[in-house]
Amino acid sequence: MKKYISAFLIFLMSMGELFAQGKIEMADGLRADGKIYVVVLVMLVIFSAIAVYLFAIDRKITKLEKNK
Amino acid sequence: MKKIWWKILAVLMVAGSIVAGLLGPVPELPILNETIRNVYFHVPMWFTMVFLYLISVIYSIKYLNTNNRNYDLMAVEAVNTGILFCACGLLTGMLWANITWGDPWPNDPKLNGSAIATLMYLAYLVLRNALEEEQKRAKISAIYNIFAFPIMLVLLYILPKMTDSLHPGNGGNSTFGDLDMDNNIRPIFYTAVIGWILIGAWITSLRYRVRLIDDKKNSF
Repeated sequence: MKKYISAFLIFLMSMGELFAQGKIEMADGLRADGKIYVVVLVMLVIFSAIAVYLFAIDRKITKLEKNK
Repeated sequence: MKKIWWKILAVLMVAGSIVAGLLGPVPELPILNETIRNVYFHVPMWFTMVFLYLISVIYSIKYLNTNNRNYDLMAVEAVNTGILFCACGLLTGMLWANITWGDPWPNDPKLNGSAIATLMYLAYLVLRNALEEEQKRAKISAIYNIFAFPIMLVLLYILPKMTDSLHPGNGGNSTFGDLDMDNNIRPIFYTAVIGWILIGAWITSLRYRVRLIDDKKNSF
């Protein structure tokens, strides 16, 4: 479980790197100037929070099931 | 269902659709402008809802065949989760409609159909709560569910196609799939749909497992 979470975090961080490179290449700039990357990151933060929450609930339920 | 790989896949697919959906190239269309990107977020809500209602019907039929209570619990939890996605679909649709059609709820057959379908499934939950006796509740609500599903499909996907509708894919309007959805959109859209369906299935399975534990505790 921990392994998967850290793998996901690394994935997220590497995505950040991708945006940074994309910004330089997207010299036509419309969206870069529009700061859309901020929105992307905000949505990713919200969604990954929900995902982590779901994983946590999942683990808790598994524990409860084992107590039976 | 307790395997973890498909849950990670679901998270990655939705996260990928958020990134690609906001940054990827989209067709330039009048009125819609950048809101075309809502296709990646609004439409999967409805697809997930239909998928979960389908799961619910399958388990209702299984319940009627076997009288296994667990199947009945699965059917309810699938509808419970489906209603969550239905609410998300309605709200995002209203936001989108307000900008592009000028009204959050224009009197449109597709929208009214979705409202009726929503009420039908809320009635399913009300019906369940109204019946005290367990077996009767399970049986009656399973039969109701089997009738509600095809009516929901007719209201959402068939009747709007037969009249005029603002909504894409209805009444002479092209779907995004025909005209507007070019090949840049398609892979991101399908990724989003599958990702959200998996998330929906995940939430359903969590609810079902909680329900099972709860059920076991109450029966002793």
